[in-house]
Parts: sequence; structure tokens; C-alpha cells
Amino acid sequence: LGHGSGGQLMAELLADLTPRLGAGTLEDAAIVATGAPEIVMSTDGFVVTPRFFPGGDIGSLAVHGTVNDLAMMGAVPVALTLAYIVEEGLPLDELRRVTTSVAEAARACDVRVVTGDTKVVGKGAADGLFVTTTGIGVRLPGAHVAAANGRPGDAVLLSGPIGLHGITILSTREGLGFETSLASDSRPLHRLTAAMITAGTCGVHTLRDPTRGGLAGALNELAAASGVGVELDEPAIPVPAQVAAACDLLGLDPLHVANEGCLVAFVDPARAGTVLAAMRARPEGAAATRIGTLTARHPGRVTMRTLVGSHRVIDLLVGEQLPRIC
Amino acid sequence: MHIEGIVQGVGFRPFVYSLANRLGLAGRVHNDVNGVHIEVEGAHDGVEEFLTALERDAPALSAIERVTVVSGEPAGHSGFTIATSDPAGPRRALVSADTATCDDCLRELADPADRRHRYPFINCTNCGPRFTIVRGVPYDRLMTTMAGYGMCGDCAREYHDPGDRRYHAQPTCCPACGPRLLLRDQRGTELCGDPVACAAVLLRAGRVVAVKGLGGYHLAVTASDERATAALRGRKHREEKPFAVMAADLAQARRIAHADDTAAALLTGRARPIVLLPRRDGAPVAPSVAPGNRSLGIMLPYTALHHLLLAELAEPIVLTSGNVSDEPIAYEDDDALTRLAGIADAFLTHDRAIHLRADDSVIRPLPGAVTVLRRARGYAPEPLALRRPVPRPVLACGAELKSTFCLAQGRRAFVSPHIGDLENHETLRSFIEGIDHYCGLFDIRPEIVAHDLHPGYLSTQHALDIRGVDHVGVQHHHAHIASCLADNGDPGPVIGVAFDGLGHGTDGTLWGGEFLRADLTGYERLGHLAQVPMPGGAAAVRQPWRMTAAYLRDQHPGLAVAERNAGHWADALRLADDAPLTSSAGRLFDAVSALLGVRDKITYEGQAAIELEQRADPSETGAYDAAVTTAPGGPLIVEGGDLVRAAAADLAAGTDPGVIAGRFHNGVAAAITRTCVALRQSTGLTAVALSGGVFQNALLLDRTVQRLRAAGFRVLKHVRVPPNDGGLSLGQAAVAAAQDQR
Ligand SMILES: [Fe+3]
Ligand SMILES: [Mg+2]
Ligand SMILES: [Zn+2]
Ligand SMILES: [Zn+2]
Repeated sequence: LGHGSGGQLMAELLADLTPRLGAGTLEDAAIVATGAPEIVMSTDGFVVTPRFFPGGDIGSLAVHGTVNDLAMMGAVPVALTLAYIVEEGLPLDELRRVTTSVAEAARACDVRVVTGDTKVVGKGAADGLFVTTTGIGVRLPGAHVAAANGRPGDAVLLSGPIGLHGITILSTREGLGFETSLASDSRPLHRLTAAMITAGTCGVHTLRDPTRGGLAGALNELAAASGVGVELDEPAIPVPAQVAAACDLLGLDPLHVANEGCLVAFVDPARAGTVLAAMRARPEGAAATRIGTLTARHPGRVTMRTLVGSHRVIDLLVGEQLPRIC
Repeated sequence: MHIEGIVQGVGFRPFVYSLANRLGLAGRVHNDVNGVHIEVEGAHDGVEEFLTALERDAPALSAIERVTVVSGEPAGHSGFTIATSDPAGPRRALVSADTATCDDCLRELADPADRRHRYPFINCTNCGPRFTIVRGVPYDRLMTTMAGYGMCGDCAREYHDPGDRRYHAQPTCCPACGPRLLLRDQRGTELCGDPVACAAVLLRAGRVVAVKGLGGYHLAVTASDERATAALRGRKHREEKPFAVMAADLAQARRIAHADDTAAALLTGRARPIVLLPRRDGAPVAPSVAPGNRSLGIMLPYTALHHLLLAELAEPIVLTSGNVSDEPIAYEDDDALTRLAGIADAFLTHDRAIHLRADDSVIRPLPGAVTVLRRARGYAPEPLALRRPVPRPVLACGAELKSTFCLAQGRRAFVSPHIGDLENHETLRSFIEGIDHYCGLFDIRPEIVAHDLHPGYLSTQHALDIRGVDHVGVQHHHAHIASCLADNGDPGPVIGVAFDGLGHGTDGTLWGGEFLRADLTGYERLGHLAQVPMPGGAAAVRQPWRMTAAYLRDQHPGLAVAERNAGHWADALRLADDAPLTSSAGRLFDAVSALLGVRDKITYEGQAAIELEQRADPSETGAYDAAVTTAPGGPLIVEGGDLVRAAAADLAAGTDPGVIAGRFHNGVAAAITRTCVALRQSTGLTAVALSGGVFQNALLLDRTVQRLRAAGFRVLKHVRVPPNDGGLSLGQAAVAAAQDQR
């Protein structure tokens, strides 16, 4: 690609790419008529190496990431914007593939890509391709979810196995071979959250997709925001055998590995059974399970009852290069 | 005169009273918040003798730190009296450590005519529980967990009689008024019969019995019973880490292990630590007690309950901390019953509460010296004296595993007992609560908080959560060397050799084989082991074979260790390309341990290196050679890889692994010495301080000290705190205070 000047070449590039999004002409901004009182917005930048991996690519990831961020606020996504930062020299065909993937993912999510932007920067000024998506959504009636809404006694629910996305990416990057039998869990979760909120009425207090920083990172943030402690039960946490094996090799804790297709929820214990059943009725929540409980005992701290029965402090990852043990 | 130090609750006032009476002096003595205050008047010679005898004959448990004498006009006292205590002013008086039952009490325990015959809670001013039952200060009965036991008439008489051994013995009691021993089953139901005799029957039948000691619950099985010992391991989820053994007395200890005079003095001393001793061939001790280990950790009874139980059994028992693997020792009754119900078949317990948990201390005797491996019961909370007073009070938060904290004020440093791995939630809680307890007990309000540079240590995070203080980050290995300096009362500068597992370096890599020019205020990194990658980061710590791969790559085809780990060897080499780099000495020992087939994976910290030392042939005198190189202006680089390659070559040639391990240990000692000689030339320093967990290795320490001394160095080793991370808080406090002084 050599389209950095924004002139004719860029026009040709956009003419090539925009039909793939199913849009006629793309304006710089879009008016979105919703008629609903609560609009939810989210934006996210995506950088991933490799850009194509088992289970997805940077394009589908950029759609799912923003759709899921909206979903975690109890919103139904309505529209997305899409922005590319392209490094000079990126094969045009690769950009086409990514764009097609964006379109397919958006279609599968029932969300429209309504506007976008593309910039080409000099060689070395970016790593291939950076994608930014911004999404707006409409909050479901009755959705009162927020990071600060967890209460002592709430059930901690998890929608599916952890570690698949991060391990797939790492294994592909390092050539470790796990990627032949693993795939990223990247997928939209807004239908799952809608089902949970409908089934749980006001009992669903908090939703979060544990992306970067993994389950441990998400739970620490939520524990701090809600001023509650989280007590996890190690045997209840679904870690696929391949993920466990890869983590063992890489020296990682599955709780710190990124996910792109599961969520954790804090749910009123009286509604937890109903919500869990609603989750399991959907394919993306088929393996949903209860992994712990909120407690007033140690506000802001996440602990886990281990397989041998001791209680481990589950901390934020400070950096994978820094073992604490000696 | 005013006496400071450990002078309360140790029979000091009765001692002063009888001394004054013997010398025909008048006056009075009383406790105040700073120690003991004495007024004496009489003949000049008598007063002189009083001053001499005061320090010479002071009670066994006392430790006089300072005597301030002021002379004045006689007040005209008639006779000598013990006056009431003065509770005003700041609290500086010290609480002593828990102390093993004294000989006088043991005599009464065995005397059928004594009213405390076979009473498990017998104690006096010279012995018994202290630190673990103290809830606050001033130290008197109401501030201990004995507060709920009203003294009977006989006990009260002894308590108020200045001539009695139990004068103001705060925990004194007897069968009529004191705590009661009982035996419970797993559900907490009390079993009838004599609790000690029934517990002995259960132990002989191969059962696990939880025993409430001074600082927490232990789990006991008969030490010769392999089935019971293995069952205990399974239930505790403790795979291989050695268990401690309690023997009835020195003679019984010597039937299972070799104890020279140094060891015997430690075993029978009033702190009663676990002492690591060479195990006797054919000793009737089950293999599961200490797998892969030529030593046994042995202790002697330190409460009357232990004495009674061991006498009943007439054979040694395993006595290991009452917990599930990773958890801290259980010390609260309900908690113990819940947590240990799946492990213990019965509970030999009592109704005197433990206020503060304390593990057993562990000591390893060396020829002419000792190394403290774990400083806890029997030693804490006794302060370590500092060379110079601390300008402002300091809290040092220590490391992560084997954590301790340290509070320093004036010329005293209070190092907490061993607390453990902070990643465990209960341990982290006792770390945080322990700091509060200590601050209250010693009336210290820290103005400076010192911590490690590792941002992920929970101790660092706790330090940074404390508001309104000055924070001081201290580099891990500087803290190790400063700890050794403070331990020896030496100001430095020295050549500091800090060899350990891993510590956070200032360059973003992991350090652990460091040569520093250090004093308390600062350091300079003058040399280190050559860096190697740690394939898989933390996984390389748990799987030492990865370090063999990192050191040898594919230069030595046909290695057994590569074949054993063939599935992942190539992966490890691939991961090595962007793995974190380390100069760790611990990882160097790991690499050789796995190379020799001693340990590919570990189940407890330091296991590969510990077992490598156990395998080494101590009679081997050969030493591998490691190149010491330097780039102009840069630090000296010690090529640890040379040692691994030499070991691999010997292994390929069929040399016995024990001999190889011996040559490796000697090679490390030689490399240290050569590097120190080079640094002496560039710095002019002639003293070397040795610190870091690697120097828990007795063989390495011994060989290193010998070589350094032969090369003309003065060598500083740890004496009172461990060389491992348990000693780190003392070093952090010393550095923070020295920097504050500047
Ligand atoms: Fe260390
Ligand atoms: Mg976002
Ligand atoms: Zn006594
Ligand atoms: Zn009594």
C-alpha cells in the first residue's frame, strides 16, 4: 500500500473497500435515530500479531470487541464506525480480507458499519494495521448493570472456558503448535447478555468481558469498583486441557490470559439459577457455570480456593516477564 | 538506676530484691514503661557489688541493653521494697519470646507430691508462653490470653511473693485454676480418659493427631510409621518438603541423628528451634519423613504438654505445622477444627487461646557457627540491636515468599517472626494484622516505609498503600547485603556477594548472582553471573530442566535430561529467545541439579538446589573453572555456563553425579573467591559479606568461607537472621534508616 497522501489513491482505496461494508457512500459522521432514552457508546483500538489466527482475525475482533463492550453495559448494539491506520506496504489484498471479515462479523451481530476512516502512515510508523471501532447501542429496559453494582452474596457466573484467545494468539506467534487444536473464542455476546437480563430482571448486577488482563484482571477491577471481595473456587473454573498445557509451557496463569468470547457476571443469588439456565440455553453460554461468590470479608481483593483447599490471592498481572516466586 | 532491655516478665524485680537483701542494701525497684527503675543506698562496696552482680547474674530470660546510673543523696529507705508499676509515658518495655519449660518446672511436673504434677500448663518467670499470648502492653496478666483465668489462692500467694519463682509470672496457673487439656474427635466431641494417654494410643495405632502448641497447631504421627507419615503427606497435600521430628530428649534425638556440642546446645536451649542434623544410618525414621534428604529436622519438647506426650510414647514423632499445604499454621481453635478436620483423626487441645501465630524456628548448625533458616518462635519478638539509632521510625515490608517485616526505632530492630508466602490470602492477612500488632506492642509509628523494588510483590503493594509516610524502595540484593551488615553490626563498605533465586534488578532483568560494593546507604553493581534466559519465566523456576536447556542449548547432544524432557526441550529453546534474562545463582544450581538427574521439577521452593547439595560428595576437592571476564568500565562477568558445561562433560564421561555435584559446589566457591580478589584490587575492600538464599547451602557456604579466608578476606555471614528473604526486611530497614541519617 502506498496510499498515505489521501488523494486519488485513497479515493480508489475507499471505493474498493466501502462496498464490502454494504454501505453506499460513507459520510464522516452518521446520524443514528434510536428513539430510546439510554444510548451507550464505546470505542476500542485493535492491534494484534498475527492479524489472522484460528477463530478470527483483526477485523472480526474489532467488531466483537466493541459489540461486547456495549453488551456489558446491557445494550443492544446499533451501529459501528470503523477506522484503519495502515502501514505503507501492507498488501491491499490483506486489507480486503480484513474488511470482508468486518462486514461478515457485523452482519452476524445485526449491527451496521455506518461510517469510517482510513489513514496510511509511513513504513515503521505503525505495525501493519491498526483498527479502531466505535459503537453505539441502546440499553435494554431493565438493565441496571454497572461495575460498581456487585453486592456481598452475589453469585459469580462465567459464560464459558477461559484462556482460548490469548493462548491461540501466543501459540501462533511462537509456533508452539497448540493453535492447530485451539481457536480464539472471539464472538459477540450481546444476545447472551440480553437473555441474561431478560431472565434475571433486576438480578443481574454486573457484566464484564475479561479481555486483556484475563479473568483475574476483570475481577480485580470489578471488586475494587463494587467495594466487595471475590471468592473463586478453582475446581469450578473451566480451563480447557490444551490451555492448561500451553500455560504450563509458557509459565502463564490461565486467569491472566485474554479472552474475547466469554463474560463474568455478578448476579443476585436468588436469580442465579434462572440466569444460569438462560445462559446455557444459548450456544455462547452453553458451558456457563458458577465460579464463586462475592463477600464483604476482603473488599477489593480476589481470592481463590485452590484444589488443595488453601486460599490464594489472585492479583493483577504486573508483567509476564516478572516472576514473583524465587 | 534505670535498666532497659528485656527486663519485664522475666523475674527481674525478684532478682533485684534478693540481690539487694543479700548485700544489705536499702531502696526500691519498680517497672516503668521503659524498663526497670531501681534505687539503692548503702555501703559503697555493697553498691559496687550490686552493680556488677546486676549484669553478671541477671535472670536467664532477661537481656539488658542499657544501664543508666545516676548518684544522689540517700533518701533514707528502710529496707528494700518492690513498688507498684508506673504505667505512664510512652511504652518501650519489651515482651520476651516464648520459652521452653525450665528445669525447675520439669522437676515439679514429674513430682507426684507437687500440686502441678503432670499439669501441661506449668510455667514460671523463667519459662512458658509470652509473645504468643500477649494481646497488648504493658505486659501483665490482663493483657494476655490468661486474663480469663482467675488465680486460685495458692497461685495468687506465689504470684505476690517476691521470694517465689512465680512472683509476677503472668501466665502462672495450676490444675485448680488454669487451662484444661482435652482430646476431641474430628467433630469436636470430647473423648474421655486421660487426653495424653489416649493421644499416645492413637499415635501408636498410626493415627494423625493435631496437637496445640505455643504458636499454633501441629500435626503428629509416629516418626517410624511409614504408612501414617505417607497418609499425612497425602492429606496435607505436602508432597516432598521434609517434616520435622520431635524427640523426647537429647539421648533419643541422638539415636536418629548426629548432634555435636553446638547442635546439642541448640536442641536443649530455651528457644528450642528445629535443628537440621545429619541423619544416622539405619535410624528408625520412615522414608516419607524427609525424602531426598540426608538431614533430619529435629526439635525437643518445649511445653510441658510435649514433654508428657513424648514421655508417654517413648519414641519420636513427626510434628509438622497444622495446615493444608500453602496455608499458614492454624492457631484458632474453631478454625483448626474446621481446617484440620480432614487431616487429623483427633485433636489434643486446650482452652488457653493463642493470640499470635508463630511457626517453629529452623536452624542449621555449621562447624563453629549456625545459620538461621527460619526465625520465629523462641526468637521473635526479641529486638536486634542496631549500631546507630534510627532517626525516624521505620517499617520495612520485606519480600514475598518467606516474608517478614521489620520495625525499627531508636537502636532496636524488631523483625517479625516468619510469616510465609504472601500469595496466600490468610498469610497476607496475618502480615497486615501483624504489622498493626507490632506497632501497638512496641509503640512505634512508622514515618518511613521501606519496600522491595518488585512492583508485583504484595508486600510492595501494601507498603505503597500506607499514606502519610516517606516511601523508600530498596533493591533486593542491596537489602540482602545490608541485612548481613546489620546482622553483624558492621557499617561496611564491603564486597557484597548476594546469591539467591530472583530479585528485581534496576535494569529490568532479574538479578540473583550479584557482586556489589555496598554499605548501608548505597551500592554499586561491580559484577554478576552471566545472564541466561529463563524459558517460560516462572515455569523455569518450577521446572529446573528448562535452565539446563537455557545453559546448554543443543551443544551437548545425548543428554539424559534432554531425553527425559524431549517433548518440550525444543519449545524451551524457542521460548528462550525472548524469555526474561537472569543472573540468578539459584537458577545455576537448578540447571546442574536437573542435568544430574536430581530434580527436573520441584514441589517446594529451592528443592532442586537443596537436593543437589544433599547429593554432593563432601570429600570431593576438585573444582570446575568459571571464566571471569570484563569489558572496560563494565561489571565483571562470571561465566556460570562454564560450570554447567564442565559438569555435562564429566557426566558424559561417566563420572559419578555426587562427585560432579561436589566439583560444581567447589567451582562456585572458587569463582566467588576469584571475583572478590579481582574486586579487592579495584576497590581496596578486604571484607566480604555473604547473603541470599543460596547461602543456606552449608556445603557452599563452608567452601566459600574457607577459600575467602585463605585469600585473606574478612568474611561476614548471617548470625541472627536468615540469609534468605526472611532476613530482607532487616536490610531494608537498615538502608532506609541510613539514607535518612545522611
Ligand atoms: Fe532474595
Ligand atoms: Mg473499549
Ligand atoms: Zn519454669
Ligand atoms: Zn492455681
